[in-house]
Amino acid sequence: MLAVTADARVAVRTRALTKVFRGFRAVDAVDLEVREGSVHALVGPNGAGKTTLFNLLTGFLTPTSGTILVFDEDVTGQPPERVARRGVARSFQITSLFETLTSREHVELALQGLTSQGFRFWRSEKLLGRDRARVEDLLEQVGLLRLADKPVGLLAYGQKRALELSLVLALEPRLMLLDEPTAGMGIEDVDRTIELIRRIAAGRTVVLVDHNMRVVGSLADRVTVLQQGRILAEGPYDEVRNDERVITAYLGEADHA
Amino acid sequence: MTQSAVTEAPVTGVDPPAVGRDLRRRWILLAVGLTAALVLPWFIYPPVAMDIVAMALFAIALDILLGYTGLLSFGHAAFWGSSAYVTGLIATHYGVPFPVAVIGGAVFAMILAVPLGYLSVRRSGIYFAMVTLAFAQMVYFIGYQWSDLTGGENGLQGVPRSFFGIDLVETDSFYFYYAALPILLLGMWAAWRIVHSPFGRVLMSIRDNTPRARALGYEVEKYKLIAFVLSAGLTGLAGGVFAINHGFVALTELHWSTSGEVVLMAVLGGIGTLWGGVLGAFLAVMLADYLASSGFHGIDLVTGTVFILVVLLFRRGLWGTVRHRWLVRQQRRTAAAGPAER
Repeated sequence: MLAVTADARVAVRTRALTKVFRGFRAVDAVDLEVREGSVHALVGPNGAGKTTLFNLLTGFLTPTSGTILVFDEDVTGQPPERVARRGVARSFQITSLFETLTSREHVELALQGLTSQGFRFWRSEKLLGRDRARVEDLLEQVGLLRLADKPVGLLAYGQKRALELSLVLALEPRLMLLDEPTAGMGIEDVDRTIELIRRIAAGRTVVLVDHNMRVVGSLADRVTVLQQGRILAEGPYDEVRNDERVITAYLGEADHA
Repeated sequence: MTQSAVTEAPVTGVDPPAVGRDLRRRWILLAVGLTAALVLPWFIYPPVAMDIVAMALFAIALDILLGYTGLLSFGHAAFWGSSAYVTGLIATHYGVPFPVAVIGGAVFAMILAVPLGYLSVRRSGIYFAMVTLAFAQMVYFIGYQWSDLTGGENGLQGVPRSFFGIDLVETDSFYFYYAALPILLLGMWAAWRIVHSPFGRVLMSIRDNTPRARALGYEVEKYKLIAFVLSAGLTGLAGGVFAINHGFVALTELHWSTSGEVVLMAVLGGIGTLWGGVLGAFLAVMLADYLASSGFHGIDLVTGTVFILVVLLFRRGLWGTVRHRWLVRQQRRTAAAGPAER
């Protein structure tokens, strides 16, 4: 990984980003800066606003106030599909897939997402399978090639999470937002997923939410700690980990896996 | 691995793959269906046979939205009825061959669907149903009030059935059936094409998981709007043929009960299956015809009861249930044939 220099470009910049739900400030005046090419982790106790922040960054929620810049372009208030088309791909915390299709069909659909091919209602669905090599390459990357033709409903949990990552990759994202990519995984799967993320993160910017400190510690260049919708601390993992406020707020109560 | 994708999947009541995987079965079904369509007027009074096929296309068109996109339109009478009127008016005033009039009606339905769809697809679930119902009631009201054009409560009378001066078709409903059948079959083929296209695949993913589809970059509202307009166009084809078949357009065609009837047919047959619409229409029309000709007046009572029973006993509709059983059996057989690849 290249050293992050002072003039490194900024992938995400929020200014006074705020989201209020019925008087509850889920995200409160957050100024976040994610450097291009870095792996940036968001951590914090439950209810700290991580997921809300994610939804704001990807257009699934509209901020109450504040602005969001992605690669220097204002995306505040844009719908998710527009944000996705700017090279921002996200994974979902709840494994979020179309149960009845196969892995192959999932990746085909993901590859089609940024094209206008999806509007071709007069063509055969076989058109989707045209880029077989690319589909199989993506499945190979996440280790699902041999299960390509199995309905996703039959995949094991860890395999579904891996498929989630292949969908994210299919979008050729400049910025990937990964929402708890290792949640609920067994220890071997976690290690494999860390390796996988490290590999696909090369040359891209990653924003990561994960409760597993081992994942954060081994992947993140920078860590932002959120508490009650505000930024509590920010910096390299080792620095943040030893921060007094962070220890009391978060690490003290979490497992040091 | 004991769980099964087939038994586990549908929370929506929509049957799983909907992506055809068995070509042989598909061709056999198609052959059976085509044969049935061809011999139908030999066994059933031809105008009723025509109604069955028209209603079948109507139900299929609705299913594009209901079964494949996950949108329950409760206002499809607006497209069915307005196309019936426009077809009738074109046929009456211009004396063109009836297929031209029908196409005119379908085009009108599609044009009408653009603003209605644009305003409706932003809502989902029950709100979508209510918005479409409200718009359809507006169209009904216009049809009712604008009696100079539509004949108001009396309906549009004496719609001619021109067909290039071919007497047999113009006067004999048996031959008319065969002249009009290709239009409806073409409509059904179009529905099949739409559902089994890259576009159809996107519709199904929107149905199953809208946020995920959005995050993949799909412009969900645009897809829904196009599906809405296509569905309205096919509905229009059916409504136009229906109008010519009867030589008369009643205000009922615009009434909300027509919207309800087609939803009933689609659900009866099984949504998300296309064939379900055909089966549902066949049963509903036959039942209504049988009851009417036997002088029974509580038609709605009987169809309503049948509907409730089907929904309670066969959650997936008649066709959907048959297909589901078949899929489960097939899956068991594959599982028994050899340990699933791991």
